[in-house]
Amino acid sequence: MAERVHTIVELSCPTPLRANDTVLLGHGSGGKLSAELIRAVFLPALNNPVLSRLDDQAIVNVNGQRLAFTTDSFVVKPLFFPGGDIGSLAVHGTINDLAMGGAKPLFLSAAFIIEEGFAMDQLRRIVASMQQAASAADVQIVTGDTKVVEKGKGDGLFINTTGIGIVADGVDLSADRARPGDKVLLSGSIGEHGIAILAQREGLEFETTIESDSAALHTLVTEMLRVGRGIRCMRDPTRGGLSSALNEIAEQSKVGIALEERAIPVREEVASACELLGLDPMYVANEGKLIAIVEPASADAVLHAMRRHPLGSRAQLIGTVNAANPPLVTMRTTLGTTRIVDMLSGDQLPRIC
Amino acid sequence: MKYLSEYRDERIARALAAEIAERTTSPWVLMEICGGQTHTIMRYGLDELLPPGLELVHGPGCPVCVTPLETIDAAIELALRPEVILVSYGDMLRVPGSRSDLFRAKAQGAEVRVVYSPMEALKIAREHPSRKVVFLAIGFETTAPANAMAAWQAKQEGLTNFSLLVSHVLVPPAIRGLLASPANRVQAFIAPGHVCTIMGCAEYEALVRDFNVPIVVGGFEPIDLLQAVLMLVKQLEAGEAKLENQYVRSVSYQGNLPAQQVMAQVFEVADQKWRGLGSIPGSGLRLREEFAAYDATRVFSLHDISVEEPAECISAQVLQGLKKPTDCSAFGTRCTPESPMGAPMVSSEGACAAYYRYRRRAVAS
Repeated sequence: MAERVHTIVELSCPTPLRANDTVLLGHGSGGKLSAELIRAVFLPALNNPVLSRLDDQAIVNVNGQRLAFTTDSFVVKPLFFPGGDIGSLAVHGTINDLAMGGAKPLFLSAAFIIEEGFAMDQLRRIVASMQQAASAADVQIVTGDTKVVEKGKGDGLFINTTGIGIVADGVDLSADRARPGDKVLLSGSIGEHGIAILAQREGLEFETTIESDSAALHTLVTEMLRVGRGIRCMRDPTRGGLSSALNEIAEQSKVGIALEERAIPVREEVASACELLGLDPMYVANEGKLIAIVEPASADAVLHAMRRHPLGSRAQLIGTVNAANPPLVTMRTTLGTTRIVDMLSGDQLPRIC
Repeated sequence: MKYLSEYRDERIARALAAEIAERTTSPWVLMEICGGQTHTIMRYGLDELLPPGLELVHGPGCPVCVTPLETIDAAIELALRPEVILVSYGDMLRVPGSRSDLFRAKAQGAEVRVVYSPMEALKIAREHPSRKVVFLAIGFETTAPANAMAAWQAKQEGLTNFSLLVSHVLVPPAIRGLLASPANRVQAFIAPGHVCTIMGCAEYEALVRDFNVPIVVGGFEPIDLLQAVLMLVKQLEAGEAKLENQYVRSVSYQGNLPAQQVMAQVFEVADQKWRGLGSIPGSGLRLREEFAAYDATRVFSLHDISVEEPAECISAQVLQGLKKPTDCSAFGTRCTPESPMGAPMVSSEGACAAYYRYRRRAVAS
């Protein structure tokens, strides 16, 4: 026995499997594999100065008017979930991508890829929900497209929305603008959308229903921009969660970010669900939250403006941008120790024990 | 969170850390067996709270990490058969076999489903009578009772389209192997609380006696682990070797007897290959003869293939606590969670992945 265990020290492990021969689900997770896909496939083929900023929206200049322009596809399953459905999500998601550039959203397009056999009354419900979300947000859906694919060749319904908005003079938000000393603000508690979807999908029931936080954030952004020009960049931490959004900012601005774990709000039922499922709320998707990097002198005023808005009532200062170890995101844990907060790698999988 | 926040309390943690530091007069090497414990240590930076001479090394207790290449290759082979639905715990999908992994098999058209319980696999089998449902039954003594129950239930129902691809490992024989190795440097162990919840403590008493080594059954929260470390340090400093139970809120001396019963009914102890460690006698479970009809290796006549693990990474030393993940020249560069060289980089409970995720440059700087 002793000899056997001793000799096995010489054995080791297999050669790496590079993730570049086929597209995997993880390439759509919003984490590291997604970033790799963009770097390895899309950027080399399509690169230009606007695209290479890798913000949630492109800001282009048309006859002296700055326009924000963005697109997003929605493949959520199930189509209906507590707190929303694929239709309202498709409207909110694109509005938010525009708003993160400081733009006032104006017009959306909507494209539907529908699987043959999809129930007409479900489609009606979804379209009505889109209209409701759009009018509540004061944007119009002004153009669209429909394609139907054979049964079995789609998963019910996919929606793509594209949006344009205008950016006011003097507003210049971009993920490469964070500087050491800046403050990191978060508009509210994290993880609700991802857990709402997962709970629905897995048939999990908790004492209270966890609702998606899906919401249009542009009016919150307007209030924030009103109090000052000290906002450097904003992101809505959707797929990949808070950790991935912060890692993207750290990387693009070539800075470090130090977070305070205690300051990050997580609702009790979301925290419990995450414990049960072996997930970390830092990596779980949000659809109605934003992070803002704000210069130190404006941080208080912006934070208070956020808290006055219903979608920012639980806003918190969660960390500070620094010059140490860029582009590392670190966190002071509840025990006062320090750990790394890495970007989501592949899909966040449940642990088994 | 109710019943949980008290085990993550900063003041209690600081007080325990101070007492550990006060009691520690010479350097000691402690090993936590379970990957869940490693994860907590890294996630909460517990090693930062310990005095310099006190070293925590990380054991082989990540079931995903030690599942042999042959089992992964067999799972992929089965998954690619059109009649098969392969059902697995989520962690296993990213684990590289010798050529591919289950995610890639899925991208090639294999039907691979992720579940939280083998009972869900049974449900899939009932719902798809024309397909063959194979459950990848891996894990330590923690998952064995539920996996045994699935086989037992399938037999009760007379299901003919359900089988288990079994790769079960047992903790005590592995600790015995580590202690018997001349290269061993571990002086005390934190035994895995969840495994002991099922199996009780008796097997660990034998290890304490045979090797004169202190063992404390520990939980998985930061306060649990700091308490377990303190209990071990007290023993080591006093020159004692006892079995103690820190995780009393979950572990009883005799364990969960009905769970042990169903395990014994369905499984028998067998030699088992551990990825990175090789074969360890009596360290695994296989289905008993009465359950042969539910054994995927027999149902599909899988050949007993043997795959050589190419010499590249140092996971064997890591799994035995001989080296730290950061001692590996490939760590964080050629070997990352996105392109893992070795299994400990794959599961979030693997020591290398836990270091990479929470500590890598903080440790380096």
